[in-house]
Amino acid sequence: MTFDDHKRPSPEAMLKRALAEEADTTIGKLKIFLGYAAGVGKTYSMLEAAHERKREGWDVVAAYVESHGRAETDAFLEGLEIVPKAHIEYHGVTLPEMDTDRVLARRPQIALVDELAHTNVQGSRHEKRWQDVEELLAAGIDVYTTVNIQHFESLNDIVARITGVVVRETVPDRLLDKAAEIRLVDIPPDELLQRLREGKVYIAGQAAQAVEKFFRTGNLIALRELSLRRTAALVDDQMRAYMVSREIPGPWPAAERILVCVSGSPFSERLIRTARRLSDEMNIPWFTVYVETPGSSRHLQENRERVWKDLRLAESLGAHVATITATSVANAVIDYAEKQNVTKIVVGKPTKSRWREFLLPPLVDQLIRLSGAIDIYVVSIQADIIRPRPQAPEPKTSISLTGYIVSVALVMAATFLCLLVRPFLAPTNMVMIYLLAVVLSALRLGLKPAILTAFLGVLAFDFFVVPPQLTFSVADTEYILTFIALFSVGVIISSLVSKVRERADAVREREEQTASLYYLSRDLAAAANLETLLAAVTKNIGESLNARIAVLLPEGERLKVTAASRELALGEKELAVAEWAFRNRQPAGRGTGTLGSSELLHLPLMTSASLLGILAVRLEVESGYRSTQTRRLLDAFTSQTAMALERVQLSLRAEQAQILQARETLERALLNSISHDLRTPLVSITGALDTLRDKIHTLADEARLELLDTAWEEAERLNRFVSNLVEMTQLEAGAVKLRKEYCDIHDLAGCALAALERRIGTRGIEVRLPPDLPMVRMDMTLMTQVLVNLLDNALKYSPVTSPIEISASKDTTRMTIEFADRGPGIPEKDLKRVFDKFYRIPVPEGASGTGLGLSICKGIVEAHGGVIMAENRIGGGLKIIIELPLH
Amino acid sequence: MPSEEKLPRILVVDDEPSILRFLRTVLNTGEFSLHQAENGHAALAAAAAVRPDVILLDLGLPDMDGVEVIQRIREWSQVPIIVLSVREREDDKVKALDAGADDYLTKPFGVAELLARIRVTLRRSTQQTPEPVVRVDELEIDMPRRRVTIRGEEVQLTPTEYDLLRLLAIHAGKVLTHNQILKQIWGPGHLEQPHVLRVTVSNLRRKIEQDVSRPRYIVTELGVGYRMSSA
Repeated sequence: MTFDDHKRPSPEAMLKRALAEEADTTIGKLKIFLGYAAGVGKTYSMLEAAHERKREGWDVVAAYVESHGRAETDAFLEGLEIVPKAHIEYHGVTLPEMDTDRVLARRPQIALVDELAHTNVQGSRHEKRWQDVEELLAAGIDVYTTVNIQHFESLNDIVARITGVVVRETVPDRLLDKAAEIRLVDIPPDELLQRLREGKVYIAGQAAQAVEKFFRTGNLIALRELSLRRTAALVDDQMRAYMVSREIPGPWPAAERILVCVSGSPFSERLIRTARRLSDEMNIPWFTVYVETPGSSRHLQENRERVWKDLRLAESLGAHVATITATSVANAVIDYAEKQNVTKIVVGKPTKSRWREFLLPPLVDQLIRLSGAIDIYVVSIQADIIRPRPQAPEPKTSISLTGYIVSVALVMAATFLCLLVRPFLAPTNMVMIYLLAVVLSALRLGLKPAILTAFLGVLAFDFFVVPPQLTFSVADTEYILTFIALFSVGVIISSLVSKVRERADAVREREEQTASLYYLSRDLAAAANLETLLAAVTKNIGESLNARIAVLLPEGERLKVTAASRELALGEKELAVAEWAFRNRQPAGRGTGTLGSSELLHLPLMTSASLLGILAVRLEVESGYRSTQTRRLLDAFTSQTAMALERVQLSLRAEQAQILQARETLERALLNSISHDLRTPLVSITGALDTLRDKIHTLADEARLELLDTAWEEAERLNRFVSNLVEMTQLEAGAVKLRKEYCDIHDLAGCALAALERRIGTRGIEVRLPPDLPMVRMDMTLMTQVLVNLLDNALKYSPVTSPIEISASKDTTRMTIEFADRGPGIPEKDLKRVFDKFYRIPVPEGASGTGLGLSICKGIVEAHGGVIMAENRIGGGLKIIIELPLH
Repeated sequence: MPSEEKLPRILVVDDEPSILRFLRTVLNTGEFSLHQAENGHAALAAAAAVRPDVILLDLGLPDMDGVEVIQRIREWSQVPIIVLSVREREDDKVKALDAGADDYLTKPFGVAELLARIRVTLRRSTQQTPEPVVRVDELEIDMPRRRVTIRGEEVQLTPTEYDLLRLLAIHAGKVLTHNQILKQIWGPGHLEQPHVLRVTVSNLRRKIEQDVSRPRYIVTELGVGYRMSSA
């Protein structure tokens, strides 16, 4: 890269900056009052600033301010609105905490939140107060908060080394990074000590001894320097950001990147912090990578948890985190580094003994050999582990115990066999029998029982077989070699066998995971709709993780359980956790730092484009929540599920778009039809009336009557058309509610005939209804409409002299009503289309329809659960058949 | 020709000027004296001031619900009310009838139909003592003797069928809603069982109608109730 490249910010940088500025308007600004120790006056400064803002007209509330009973603070709180605290019961004691929900509901412009590093009482929503603060910020509320420098994660170990006091309440550095403003609250250490002596400093729950240990002038000076330096670095950053955004040319640091490798060793944590500090000093991005090898599954559960914790730590310190599976750690690290354009790799100094180094070159050497242009930083690792480690899980005594018992039994059996064959074999050959026992136990029991077998075998061989028998003394020194050979062969074989087996186990586990991912993706690909997709998700994920699964999708304002494994019901509390995870686009619940007391782990289903819902998981095995493998598998599952969900939703949307288009076409047809069908009768009516008005005295009576008849008929037609339109619209809008009652078919036919009485006139209509027809449940008004429309059509399209037949019959399950006329019928190919909207039969002279009558009939009949069909009659004419279910 | 004061007074309530104009034109036959109101409150005031013999009431009024107008009038007067409404609102018609309206007309309606309804209503309201024998076409109901004949031949009816026929006959020409009939004949407990009524009507028609699919006497008013045709 040339110098020129750095002169100007890249387009990406400008875009990012623009986006960040845009985001700034919706996300609240964080202002941190930073001190180097308790008692420097952070809270006081914060309140002072708050009063100032309030005077300027800002809406300021004290979301959580702890006065510790200090009168001056209390007095200073006066005049500020105080949001009532939540009182959370824990082990019978009620403790006050910030009521985040109340603050969110209150929506002030600025919220004051004291003690950012505070750890919430169990039962609160978040583990830490800074998480609450992030939520407030995300809701667009500006937050003023106080914190001491030693609480920042990346400085934690330095502070511990300076002061000897381990601070457990830590805050991720990203909060400091994203603070819009940092106010350094500073007083000279002497003054602070003076205040301490005067009792003006409150130190929560710390013993006087610890206080003394902490508040030493030396410590305070160091801490003060640390906070000053940190603030200066931040100011520097801001300056640089400003210069970049204003395109001010300057010497920008080269685009460097740091990679740190963790192995799950107790020292990884220090490596991570070192990398963070390096990245801070150079102001460059950094990565943390863990390489899983087939052999690493042999690590203890404790180790896995450590890796998980380390990766989470790195994440909270702002690193990009990755886990890679490979056979060679060094190759994988270099590969990854090259892909990510990493320029520096941080590794720990080896602690292995020299002879092991000789057998297997340490990672450092391998890395250096492979690194090429990448710098390797080796960090010294001292044995001073400053943080207590989580305890190793209980050894699985039951399994190993039987292993040891079996190995003893094997040795006994071998000895017994030796005693049997003793007369026939030389003792050196009997070694083979013991060797057999060792190999067997290595194959079946694992490394340690096999070593025990080898050891006991040597003893038993010496005691029972080697002369002099029944003593451990050895007559022939040659046997010493046999012992050594037997023991070392035993150990080597068993370690080899156990390694092979572990590798096979790891491979199988991987295989299973790959298979479960494969099955999921196969089922997801096959799922055509949301239902089958969700069924596949709950089934596959549930089975492969031995877990209960629920998928929650947004419905209106809230999330709703759309699919769930059997026996999994989500209570109000779990729904609230899911809601939180959804709104904040972060995992929450069991196994996470947020709402950890809930029963399920809630993972947001996200793709790069959209947030789709929540996957809630309850694992059968508690440790699963902290296992890297499970979490990684879950990550893979959630991203696959999210993508599949997105696909289904997109295709649904496409379908809807298609429907919409079809609707538009229809609406155009409707519009055409309306303008035609409304205008035609209007033209006749106005024409007729116009003529009548102008020439009422000159027209012959006959002509006047003719005109009046025309106007009247056309008005009737207009009325029918409008009625049909209204009916159709209501049917389509789903506004029509069926009011089903038992109805007499005779009555139904009667009503239809009565409605068209004038039109029927003297036309012959044959009504053939069996007298014993049962009453049928239907909406009589709507069904009458059907009959009226059908009758109207028959009247319209058939010759006046031809009869129209209405008949009905029933069988056990349905009632059939038939309408038959002797009109022209319908072309065979159009028989199905006659019920479509705006389909019109080629119209005989004088008759014209709206093209809506039959589609209304279809809509009504189908709403009754029935079917309507059309067929041509033998001998000419059309028959419409309606079938209605009887029950 | 009777003087203006003796003519039956008709109060027309509608907020559409074109409808008012149309009604004024068609009712201006010299038979009636016409009064009009454009909204519910004016209608209530006019009903008290004019003391009309018939009210033609549009249900869609700008200031208050037509049904409420009926209820308010019924609090003190039994003046016949004919409701005018559009076809799509069957529910409103039933509510209006249940509230005490005497008849309804669906817009658009023919002039002949309107005049016939007004005359029937007027005749019914002026009729003081009920006739002991009601005749409709070939059907004759002799109430004192509880005897029903059709073309002179006696018809055997069950007590319920007779009660139903009598109820409809007393109110010949007037629509009775399902609820009104159910309440009168079966009691208020049967309001939710309209099928009882349908079965009875069906049976009754089989006995008195020549063609049950084209009834002459008991006419179904779709979605509303039944009416005995008058003469």
